Amino acid sequence: MEIRPIISALMRSKVAMILIGLQVALTLAIVCNSLFIISQRFERMQRPSGMNETDTFYFGSSGFGRGYDARATQKADLQLLRQLPGVAAVTPAWSVPLSGGGWDSGISLQPRQKTATADSAIYIVDDAAVNTFGTHLIAGRDFKPEEVVDTAFGGSLHPAVVIVTKALADKLFPAGDAVGKQIYMDQDPPTSTIIGVVDRLQHMRAESSSIEYSTLVPAYMPYDNFTRYLVRTEPGRRDEVMKSVEQKLAESNRNRIVSKMRTLEQTRRDAYADDRAMMIILGTVIVALLTITALGIVGMASFWVAQRTKQIGTRRALGATRFDILRYFLTENFVITTLGLLVGGALTYVLSLWLLTHTDGAKLLPWYYVPIGFACLWLLGQIAVLGPATRASRVPPAVATRSV
Amino acid sequence: MFSYYLQLGLRSLRRNPILTALMVLGIALGIAASMTTLTVMHLMGSDPIPWKSSNLHYVQMDNWDPNSPYNPDGSPPDQVTYRDAVALMEAGKADKQVAMFKLALPVQPVNPELKPFRALARVTYADFFAMFEPPFAYGGGWNHDQDAQHARVVVLGNGINEKLFGGQNSVGKTVRLDGNDYTIVGVLGDWKLRSRYYDLTVGAFADPDDMFMPFTTAIDLKQRSSGNNSCWTSSADGWDAYLQSDCVWIQMWVQLDSPARLAEYQSFLDAYVNEQKKSGRFQRPLNNRLPDVNTWMADQKVVSGDVKVQTGLGFAFLAVCLVNTIGLLLAKFTRKAGEIGLRRALGASRRDIFGQFLIESGVVGLSGGMIGLLLTGFGLIAVRALYTNYKTVAQLDWVMVATTVLLAVAAAVLAGLYPTWRACQVAPAAQLKTQ
Repeated sequence: MEIRPIISALMRSKVAMILIGLQVALTLAIVCNSLFIISQRFERMQRPSGMNETDTFYFGSSGFGRGYDARATQKADLQLLRQLPGVAAVTPAWSVPLSGGGWDSGISLQPRQKTATADSAIYIVDDAAVNTFGTHLIAGRDFKPEEVVDTAFGGSLHPAVVIVTKALADKLFPAGDAVGKQIYMDQDPPTSTIIGVVDRLQHMRAESSSIEYSTLVPAYMPYDNFTRYLVRTEPGRRDEVMKSVEQKLAESNRNRIVSKMRTLEQTRRDAYADDRAMMIILGTVIVALLTITALGIVGMASFWVAQRTKQIGTRRALGATRFDILRYFLTENFVITTLGLLVGGALTYVLSLWLLTHTDGAKLLPWYYVPIGFACLWLLGQIAVLGPATRASRVPPAVATRSV
Repeated sequence: MFSYYLQLGLRSLRRNPILTALMVLGIALGIAASMTTLTVMHLMGSDPIPWKSSNLHYVQMDNWDPNSPYNPDGSPPDQVTYRDAVALMEAGKADKQVAMFKLALPVQPVNPELKPFRALARVTYADFFAMFEPPFAYGGGWNHDQDAQHARVVVLGNGINEKLFGGQNSVGKTVRLDGNDYTIVGVLGDWKLRSRYYDLTVGAFADPDDMFMPFTTAIDLKQRSSGNNSCWTSSADGWDAYLQSDCVWIQMWVQLDSPARLAEYQSFLDAYVNEQKKSGRFQRPLNNRLPDVNTWMADQKVVSGDVKVQTGLGFAFLAVCLVNTIGLLLAKFTRKAGEIGLRRALGASRRDIFGQFLIESGVVGLSGGMIGLLLTGFGLIAVRALYTNYKTVAQLDWVMVATTVLLAVAAAVLAGLYPTWRACQVAPAAQLKTQ
């Protein structure tokens, strides 16, 4: 019922209305898309690695000089580590989920298959791997000690038996009967037999498109003189064990360098550092943007109140209540915001399309972000205008008569 | 006149401190957001070697699986095989050429107080120093003869020279690496590299190389690369089989000093691959590429998508701030209609009014720019904290400082233009009548 006078008043200051509307529109577009990016990053960061991350750490050992026997050192180290108090399980591991670098390979179902069926992370480990990673065997069996064979590092890898993750097993054998099946690690025979399936173990590259595809390969196979060890400790004893391991290894062999020990928690932080940074930056942009828009609305509303003091006084003198005045400004803001939001809805999808061209794997904004954004900005506008509107409602009727 | 208008402007700004603060803050935040993100993007993608970037070309050949391309977009592998790298080095058809790879290897210091540690070496050829022009503090690079002789020589970076020799001139001394002694022939000065553009296969902003040693020497000693290695077909076991395999793990650069030389080299490369095709290798269609430094950096997406998105949003944010400022200036100037009417009645021309209010907007812009500059500084500190790899690119340089201030003033004046024009439209008679 009050809309018509409000609209006709607004038509007399079109520019100001357009400016506020435009600001609201841009804000909606940026906030919706930023929130969507933040939620996507958040989801990415929440994906479980399949490991016991709290109690696990790893480190590398690189020997040097002539006469360094990497294989013998590896076996001695494993024996030493397994005896340390607080250590629950140890395995040599070429790589670790989320740590960045490592070996991946195509897995095929036929010899000399043109394109591999799946790309998988390859973790070269021993028979303690499932236990050390903290993943769970859901089908088949674990490696036996005699299945871990001494292997020379070369161009190809042909293990007799492997354990794969459930996601990879389902990809290779959708019928769910992967255990006992043969796969080709490279394109050529001999084949490898899947003897077990674990529920989950992520790829070493967080950004990999086949992040859930991993294969455990049993082998003692140092990379030249380098071996990486993965250690899981008894719950809560990680930091203590890390110190004692460092000390023990320093004593054991002078001809090698033990690299800095890294926990899985650090590894996860580093793997997702860019996502976290993006979330923080976009979060800051959202807060700053909403603040600026709110302050802009306060500024414009204050100006309008000041400009219309006389008219407000007149309306009050003619019988309008304080609440009527308050409602007038709230409704006015609602109308402007709504017009801005309608334009903003379109702008939001323009921005979303632009983002699609600039980010790999970006998705179009889901529709429900727009109504949520509408609600937020309506609320923001009403709160921002409340101050000036309250001030307007306090204009005494006498003002109308005084200055004429 | 200018100083009088400036005075008027300052007085007017002081009269509504909250409104003024709002406008200044708006511009400052907008400038800070856009300039922080723009600085990072600008420095990440900036030409690392502008005086010769168009003469340095990365070598790409497509020796990949005939059944499936290396990249889904059909571009050739980002590295080359050992046998191709060596063949191209021996042919020596470019003005300068290097093959290289990354090697992590143990350093055994003579000083018993220093524990052995792992360092990153760039394994390359003599031309590296002439092509990428690192500054030398002492000595120089090795020469082609030493490449041919597989000499045990090394060039140290200044960081590792500081660690091992306290920053002294160590040329002529030896350093023991993985059980072998190498003679130091040169020590680099402070090589300010924003990105390690000469090897983008292991991250452009990763740790810098600690030292440099001859390729031929490292191959002699069977030192395996610590960079990426990709194979599409299995090779036989052992080092020699690995060297002969179709695995790619070497980066190759050539310097070609004129477009004619580039064309010559392109046809040489095509001829080489066609020759290899006869022996059954390179079964994919001919796809040799020689991108220059900037093209290669763009191909390898040195400027990440996130940084581009952040910059886009930064400028969208600036746009919101400007719209905000236009609204507030408009409100402000409209309220001064009476004053304007009076001045116009007393003989001020529209041009005078225009000048006066534009100066007022300019003052807002300049102060917004100054505060924005300060906030940009904080913003970059925040970026360095969030992205630990971006230390070299989250820095303000003079170009960016000047751009910031200019952008702020331009933005504010632009924002002030419409409100100022509106102010000029005030008809003196109408205003005076209502007073």
